[in-house]
Amino acid sequence: MAQTAAAKKQSLKRRFVRAFQRDKWLYLIMLLPFVYYVLFCYYPMYGVTLAFKQYKPKLGIIGSPWASNNGMKYVLQVVRDPYFWTVFRNTIILNIENLIITFPAPIILALMLNEVAHARYKRIVQTVTYLPHFLSTVVVVGMMNSMFNSSGIVNQIIASMGMDKINFLNDAQYFRPMYIGSNIWQSVGWDTIIFLSALSGLDMQLYEAAKIDGAGRWKQTLHVTIPGILPTIIIMLILAMGRIMNVSYQKILLMMTGTNQSVSDVISTYVYRRGITKADFSYATAVNLFQSLVSLLFVSVTNWISRRTSETSLW
Amino acid sequence: MKIKEGGVSRTAFQIFNYTFLFLLMLVCLYPLYLQFITSISHGLEVMKGGITLIPRNITLQTYTTLVRGELFMYMKNTVVYTVVGTLVNLLMSCLCAYPLARRTFSGRKFFTAMVTVTLFFSGGMIPMYLTVRSFGMMDTMWALILPGAISTYNMIIIRTAFQSIPESLIESAQLDGANDLIVLFRIVIPLSKATLATMLLFYSVTHWNSYFDAMLYLNKKELYPLQIMLRNMLIGGLFNEETAIAGASADSFAVTDATLRAAAIIVTTLPILIVYPFVQRYFVKGVMIGSVKG
Repeated sequence: MAQTAAAKKQSLKRRFVRAFQRDKWLYLIMLLPFVYYVLFCYYPMYGVTLAFKQYKPKLGIIGSPWASNNGMKYVLQVVRDPYFWTVFRNTIILNIENLIITFPAPIILALMLNEVAHARYKRIVQTVTYLPHFLSTVVVVGMMNSMFNSSGIVNQIIASMGMDKINFLNDAQYFRPMYIGSNIWQSVGWDTIIFLSALSGLDMQLYEAAKIDGAGRWKQTLHVTIPGILPTIIIMLILAMGRIMNVSYQKILLMMTGTNQSVSDVISTYVYRRGITKADFSYATAVNLFQSLVSLLFVSVTNWISRRTSETSLW
Repeated sequence: MKIKEGGVSRTAFQIFNYTFLFLLMLVCLYPLYLQFITSISHGLEVMKGGITLIPRNITLQTYTTLVRGELFMYMKNTVVYTVVGTLVNLLMSCLCAYPLARRTFSGRKFFTAMVTVTLFFSGGMIPMYLTVRSFGMMDTMWALILPGAISTYNMIIIRTAFQSIPESLIESAQLDGANDLIVLFRIVIPLSKATLATMLLFYSVTHWNSYFDAMLYLNKKELYPLQIMLRNMLIGGLFNEETAIAGASADSFAVTDATLRAAAIIVTTLPILIVYPFVQRYFVKGVMIGSVKG
């Protein structure tokens, strides 16, 4: 018994060595990428343990001792921090509102583009509406500030109609509309690509059959087009749910002012301020941990629901 | 052709549809156009307001003021980061994609799993920051280049392209004595030019537009990229003082904060605007390749 096990081990080892020799060039090519993934993906991933550690710069992430309270010191601190729950709430509200408003927009636009009979016009519309996707966040926020500040073009129009100027940039109640609105402006065109490709893959025979049954354009859209692209819509929705907690904090950081902070401060911006600005590393990592957990929860639940109801899922 | 199908309601819909899409195009273009006409208008006119369609009292002083500042330094930094960063991205992505594309590779399962995990999990901002700091990369351009050397998503697109090359082609090259490194650079990469061109564009736009990494890792002003210059102008600090001094000698109201910001936005975006119409179809193609694999 023991002998055969040893022999098996021996042959396994030999097989491994032989495979390694055969593929030595491939392993060599893989070396640099492997080092990259270890150093810049897996090492920082291990760095999440910082949430349970007392960080000492000289000892590094691995060498730092565990925090007091069985390592739970910072996690407990986060849970007891009332401000954390404010940014937690802000994150959830901003993202859910953003998802509900942003998600259907490219689908509608794709359906509208699909109805354009002139290929040339369609292409021009696509080219122009994709453009905002390639502008940098700083540029987008810069343009938004200049158009919506008290002397900007929007307030000029409002004033010329005899109404009071609106403080779009500083008033907390306008933060979410501004954030979501600019998101749509940036992404609605580009996000149609995936839906347009799904639309172009639909079977024309289905349309012919629907026409014979007397369905008009609108009925065809309702009963052929939309069911046809539904799997794509569901996959995109699951992916969007997975990203629900990662707001574009880079944009929020640029839009944040002292007066809208009560609404605009979200988990990632809080992590940035506590971690980078105040060097409160363990605390900030613990805050971030909550964000990761919630997004994992969101993807799993959505995936489970969609597998149950439509047999479309990520895993 | 299709318009004839449905009668009156169909025609009405088509008119609405075409008009709506036309307005949408205007909405996409107007903000940039407004920045452009603001940047070439006289500062006083901008202050008075009412510039909506045509520039007033055209002057190029805003641009000359901007150039007299440190614009070229920032621009040079951005160009260096973009060029070096994109080259590193492409090289590393190809090196990673090739072994993963080879069906016979014995380590394929392991490395594929290792790479896929990173699509779903990451260390987050703080561990990443401390990692970069502990490697001594603060205040060097490597902090902007190495942490994102491979975008796993883009790498998978490249792998998909590599996989479409017939295995027999690779095998026959190996029978002629070529090792995998030669196969990769002499056969596989040249045959995947279209996909790699798309990736080149994706990576370079990302580098050109990024500001956050520079904010995290760079503290020296002489290392700042263009996007940080623009950000600082928006927050309103740094740049204004310098340019105010530079502009003071001339007509003092010709150049204002508003026109300077507008000009900076135009300068930062111009390279993308120039290249965009020509490469737009490659971008779209790249997304399509990615979507095939899900």
